[in-house]
Amino acid sequence: MSTETLSAEAPATDETGEARHMNMIEAINSALDVMLTRDSDVTLLGEDIGYFGGVFRCTAGLQEKHGKTRVFDTPISECGIIGVAVGMGAYGLRPVPEIQFADYIYPGLDQLISEAARLRYRSAAEFIAPMTVRSPFGGGIFGGQTHSQSPESIFTHVCGLKTVIPATPYDAKGLLISCIEDNDPVIFFEPKRIYNGPFDGYYDRPAKNWKGREDAQVPDGYYKIPLGKARTVTEGDAMTILAYGTMVHVAESVCREKGVAAEILDLRTLVPLDIEAIEASVKRTGRCLIVHEATRTSGFGAELSALVTERCFYHLEAPVERVTGFDTPYPHSLEWAYFPGPVRIGEAIDKILSE
Amino acid sequence: MATAKDGKGGNRPPLELHVPEPHYRPGDAVDFSHLSIPEPGAQPRPDEACDAKETHHLCDDLIRVLGDDDQAHGPWNPRLSPDTLRTMLREMALVRAFDMRMYRAQRQGKTSFYMKCTGEEATSVCATHALAADDMIFPSYRQQGCLIARGYELEEMINQIYSNKGDKLKGRQLPIMYCSKRLNFFTISGNLATQLPQATGFAMASASKGDSRIAATWVGEGSTAEGDFHSAMTFATVYNAPVIFNVINNQWAISSFSGFAGGERATFAARAVGYGIAGLRVDGNDALAVYAAERWAADRARSNGGPTLIEHFTYRAEGHSTSDDPTAYRSADEQDEWPLGDPVNRLKKHLIALGEWDEDRQAEQDAELDAMVKTAQKNAEKNGILGHGLHHPFHTMFEDVYEELPWNLKEQAEQAIRERAIKWPEGRPKS
Repeated sequence: MSTETLSAEAPATDETGEARHMNMIEAINSALDVMLTRDSDVTLLGEDIGYFGGVFRCTAGLQEKHGKTRVFDTPISECGIIGVAVGMGAYGLRPVPEIQFADYIYPGLDQLISEAARLRYRSAAEFIAPMTVRSPFGGGIFGGQTHSQSPESIFTHVCGLKTVIPATPYDAKGLLISCIEDNDPVIFFEPKRIYNGPFDGYYDRPAKNWKGREDAQVPDGYYKIPLGKARTVTEGDAMTILAYGTMVHVAESVCREKGVAAEILDLRTLVPLDIEAIEASVKRTGRCLIVHEATRTSGFGAELSALVTERCFYHLEAPVERVTGFDTPYPHSLEWAYFPGPVRIGEAIDKILSE
Repeated sequence: MATAKDGKGGNRPPLELHVPEPHYRPGDAVDFSHLSIPEPGAQPRPDEACDAKETHHLCDDLIRVLGDDDQAHGPWNPRLSPDTLRTMLREMALVRAFDMRMYRAQRQGKTSFYMKCTGEEATSVCATHALAADDMIFPSYRQQGCLIARGYELEEMINQIYSNKGDKLKGRQLPIMYCSKRLNFFTISGNLATQLPQATGFAMASASKGDSRIAATWVGEGSTAEGDFHSAMTFATVYNAPVIFNVINNQWAISSFSGFAGGERATFAARAVGYGIAGLRVDGNDALAVYAAERWAADRARSNGGPTLIEHFTYRAEGHSTSDDPTAYRSADEQDEWPLGDPVNRLKKHLIALGEWDEDRQAEQDAELDAMVKTAQKNAEKNGILGHGLHHPFHTMFEDVYEELPWNLKEQAEQAIRERAIKWPEGRPKS
């Protein structure tokens, strides 16, 4: 069983603590705080994360609580941040570097792809890179082309890296703790559009916050959500929808408004992927829609589409559809024309159901 | 396209693009008299705890100890015991003997690739002697001398070079890309200069834990052009990291002379000035000067004095690798004319001048070292040579990508095993 319920996958223990309301920023901050407290090797570094607490406030208060040598600001050098984290890992620390925006991660790619991801293999496991690179990603905040990108498929293409993307505050904390404890390098992309509240895809409606939602009830203490396990967001027979991050919420709201009983799977981790959950769901529903915000060509949807076709072909009653961002940079003024919102998703749902 | 050259730019002069050109190409007579080679012993030695600025005049100088009279001169003389000098000489000679035999092994088809460090032995062997055994070495690809100075078994090195079933790295890495956690020698990358920020991070971690270990890293002068070099310098100076950056200026990066890394404008040591860290420029063929500079930097780092950039001024006496033919781009006379001589020969002559060594013992030692390498080679060959089937089992190809084998790699491992039965029904791949 790969898609357990919340309670089944994270049984409450003494250390889990009382649950209280948290938005995703608070949940991430809580995960980092818990791990800094539990493991003296956990070290946070990144631009503006120290005294100031990060441009999105994810590390607020952590330097004051845990000290300057464990939570510190860095030069504006992503190559340096990742490279230094590789060296810290070689020493035996468990570094958690923050890249301020996913769009800025590219100067660090050689250190991620050629070094962190290959260290275990090339040294026959003498050296490892147990780092978690946190970075806010995705659009919908008028960030323009340099503060809106979704580069996850660059990383899913690299063997040796894991790629994790939470969609709720509860998941963000439990997944981030798993990532930090993982002995492989993990890219942890935080969907910044839903830091403060779930997003239904309608940019012109009032923004919602996480208040009152069960998935924003977050224990104060330590708990983990295993990597490689998808979450069933809604159950249904009409089709399977594969999504992650912000698009989980957009897909959910579209289905609700259209009255479509889709089974929405929040993948949570792209690598390792919960192929069992995907296969079981698509074989049951016979239809599959893949939704992501990233550009279409060679996006992770292409991989998902290929996997579903290879494994579920004789169960499919309609071609697999992908709803994605367009193959353009993220345009500032036309953000909502680019964003794969309710219209694009709705059209794809109609098409799949018409087959 | 209309340009100023065609008179389209008004009275502004046409710009000129400067593309560096080395002094000598194949067939040219070589004259290195333009190089400024100061007298040994003439360079002042500031205290290890000095302000970084006090070292900066040394970035345009050249720290030298061994003179033409084969004696040690001046304040940088590390005053090492004859035993230590003999050990360094022996290890440098061993590196050379090892290089010669492995070069030949590649030419005999026993492996795909090899890289010698001829002429640069002091920059790794003697620098390693100046470090503590638990200091972490982040090497580039021409630092076999560091491993040999730390006592790595020759047979292990050859197993790695042959990618055979005895190779601890399971045949995954290009020959010479060694790794030994036991000897505090970091895994070598083919991507250049990536080890510099890593060494800095290791040093920062050690400092943050209140440990006493420092990090030392090596990079060629050509690779100082990589962004990683500058990231590492910035982090090292910002956090005052206990790290030593050894820039091996051997004049050539494959076919590109040091001018393509900025060497026409300033020394490589001078980059320390802009970052505000200590900088030293040392005669890389002078075993005593190399030891003294590295020891100075190690003592400084260990007492929280911060990072040091050391330029080792030397010459790559051989091709870049077995895949390279240096006669295609540089004058064959350069090696003979190199004004700083040969590091092995210079240390040998110094020991003889001290009355602590002689030519007969040297010849005897050379024969002994060659026999030692030959024995190691024979033993390693029992584990196989590249392409002759004695590799690690197939499933090891899929291991260590992640700590645990994910489903996709399990499926692919099954495929590889299915393919094996079809491709090699007799059980092992042909070379």
